[in-house]
Amino acid sequence: MQNKLHLSTERVAYARRLAEKIAAPVARFIDGHSSVTVERATLRLAGADGANSDGVPVPNLVVDQVRAADPSYLEDGVLLRYVNALVKSGGTVAELNAKIAAGLDVTSFPLGDRAIVERKAAELVDRAAERIRDKRARREAMRSEWEGANNDPLLYLIVATGNIYEDVKQATAAAEQGADVIAVIRTTAQSLLDYVPYGATTEGFGGTYATQENFRIMRAALDEVAERQKRYILLTNYASGLCMPEIAAMGALERLDMMLNDSMYGILFRDINMYRTFVDQKFSRMINASAGIIINTGEDNYLTTSDAWEKAYTVLASQLLNERFGFQAGLPARLLGLGHAYEMDPSIKNGFLFELAQAQMAREIFPEHPLKYMPPTKFMSGDIFKGLAMNTMFNFVSKATGQGIHLLGMLTEAIHTPFMMDRFLAVDNAKYVMNNMAGFADDIEFKEGGIVMTRAREVLDRTIEFLEEVGELGLFDAIERGLFAEVKRPKDGGKGFEGLIKKGPAYWNPFEERLERELGISGAKGGN
Amino acid sequence: MRVVRPYGDTLDDGKVQLSFTLPVPDGAKGREAARKLVLSWGFKDCEVAHSHPLSADFSFYVAYGKTEVPIDYDSVVADEAESDGSMDMDGVNDFIREHIGRKVVIVGACTGFDAHTVGIDAIMNMKGYNHHFGLERYPMVEAYNLGAQVPNEKLIEFAGKVKADAILVSQVVTQKDVHLKNLAELVELLEARGERRNYVLVAGGPRIGNKLAVELGYDVGFGKGSYADHVASFVVRKMVERQRS
Repeated sequence: MQNKLHLSTERVAYARRLAEKIAAPVARFIDGHSSVTVERATLRLAGADGANSDGVPVPNLVVDQVRAADPSYLEDGVLLRYVNALVKSGGTVAELNAKIAAGLDVTSFPLGDRAIVERKAAELVDRAAERIRDKRARREAMRSEWEGANNDPLLYLIVATGNIYEDVKQATAAAEQGADVIAVIRTTAQSLLDYVPYGATTEGFGGTYATQENFRIMRAALDEVAERQKRYILLTNYASGLCMPEIAAMGALERLDMMLNDSMYGILFRDINMYRTFVDQKFSRMINASAGIIINTGEDNYLTTSDAWEKAYTVLASQLLNERFGFQAGLPARLLGLGHAYEMDPSIKNGFLFELAQAQMAREIFPEHPLKYMPPTKFMSGDIFKGLAMNTMFNFVSKATGQGIHLLGMLTEAIHTPFMMDRFLAVDNAKYVMNNMAGFADDIEFKEGGIVMTRAREVLDRTIEFLEEVGELGLFDAIERGLFAEVKRPKDGGKGFEGLIKKGPAYWNPFEERLERELGISGAKGGN
Repeated sequence: MRVVRPYGDTLDDGKVQLSFTLPVPDGAKGREAARKLVLSWGFKDCEVAHSHPLSADFSFYVAYGKTEVPIDYDSVVADEAESDGSMDMDGVNDFIREHIGRKVVIVGACTGFDAHTVGIDAIMNMKGYNHHFGLERYPMVEAYNLGAQVPNEKLIEFAGKVKADAILVSQVVTQKDVHLKNLAELVELLEARGERRNYVLVAGGPRIGNKLAVELGYDVGFGKGSYADHVASFVVRKMVERQRS
């Protein structure tokens, strides 16, 4: 896409440097820490799976056992005790999981020969890496077999019945109607569970539990539709919340293609502790990067919370920070689905031009990133006819500015979870608009000094001022003082703080080391 | 008595617009099924204007029906909190200064597992919604927005701590009637503690009507199209009404 806004490249580069400066001290903190869910994700990659009769997952049991034996053991990394138990008990990973679920305590074995434990762990690391590589290769093969069959931008639809088997029916119909991406929205409040439930689930509120088995069921169903449609159907789930890295690990093992993952969403919108979130997001993104999973960041939330016209700069600021935290975790630009949204008050005169300016600005500042564009929700009402018109305008802006991932707006957004026909009307609208104006982006230029160019420059300028302010305070203090999303979060407040782990001198996590090597990034031991 | 029917383009033509999905393939048989279905609902006439396949096994219909069923408009009683007579922000503040003489403390939250703060934010956040400022902006209101996923116990505890005059509860997610359970539980907990009368209790959300809220033991319910000034007007008037009674 050509550069039409003539934004100053020096100003954009300066904004990026500000984001880099803001993220650097956070990175130093992150590299000195782990968390209970980072440890559990590591165990999952090693093969820990299953749950006991009370439904407590094996990875949680292991972390709890290690903590109970001696809280300082956590500082060594939990994998050590798990692999030691594996070596000592002499069976397979599956056998060990079954024993743990039945009550075996991994800390009941004295630590054995370190070299043997490390050799065994190296095997597990290779096995996980191979599985993730295979999943990635399968995705690439399918995508190249049906290259060009997907819509551009990718049309993204959500299903949310609470029952994975019902989700499969809805998702199948959505894909048959033309969706390229299916997201299974999670049950309300899963983001606040400090564990990932086990097995297939049929009960949920406003969504369906993210479990590894549910991932597998939906993956298989979408692959079937893809074969029929000769079009790859991407599967999305949500890594936000207290289990970011574990859900990333499950997604890597079951070939999810996209994952909601924002560096600050949990802090601001779910009141999760800031240190915990920063630590969790990095490891989760490293796993996403290794698995070739596109992350979707959550900037739309700034606009549903605050005024979209006034606070447009918070979106660009967050995109720049998400990009920087993404780079720190080894995610390349093509896996960074930075978010934004069409959420301005529809009664604003020239609102369409301001939305166009924002979307075009994001496109030009992030040229290789598959931008995730979210539809109007805040000003959707019971007037479904007006809603359909608003979605039409949104569809237009998306195509006119070359967005990558297009979440379809529902005309009944403010009324109920979508009816099957609501999704159809959304796909039909998008296809009509996007075909009808397919060449618009190439044909159009903006007037120097006009509304669009002026607006984009103003937003960039305001973003830079904001990032300078955050840079002076430091990110932790800026969040504590409420600079983001008009919400104040104390540093040691919020959920999950107790699950933060300071890495000890003997901290050992060969999965993390392997990911750092593979992704070419440095961690605590890589020397900062 | 004033008899009315739906108005298409002529008085009393009774024309109604319908759209729905059937779990059958699209085609002549599907369209005929749709037409007969509409007639079976009591419509005197039906035209299936459009049909389209949604998948191999589902189809979508747009249909127009004609009804002869009238309603006596004069006999209708509305199930809505009286928002027509509500005061604006300045009016509410003046009312508080004049009749209450101190700041009114209002605590709001989305309770249970509901994570959707859009409703409570629209009422409470400084910015408000659709050019109606939120309660945080009211000089004579001390507003506390506890956000989402607040357990009922915690809400009550907090309301007691700040000596709240009113508690606002927002429920957006209504799947499997989870909102009813959450709303009823709060009333039960307050009654068990003998604290129900300490508060003006307000329920809100897109699927919450005044009638439902009152049935559950709330003083009022606010649905779609309600703003902070409606809520504030009700709360302060109710407080004064209770002082007098």
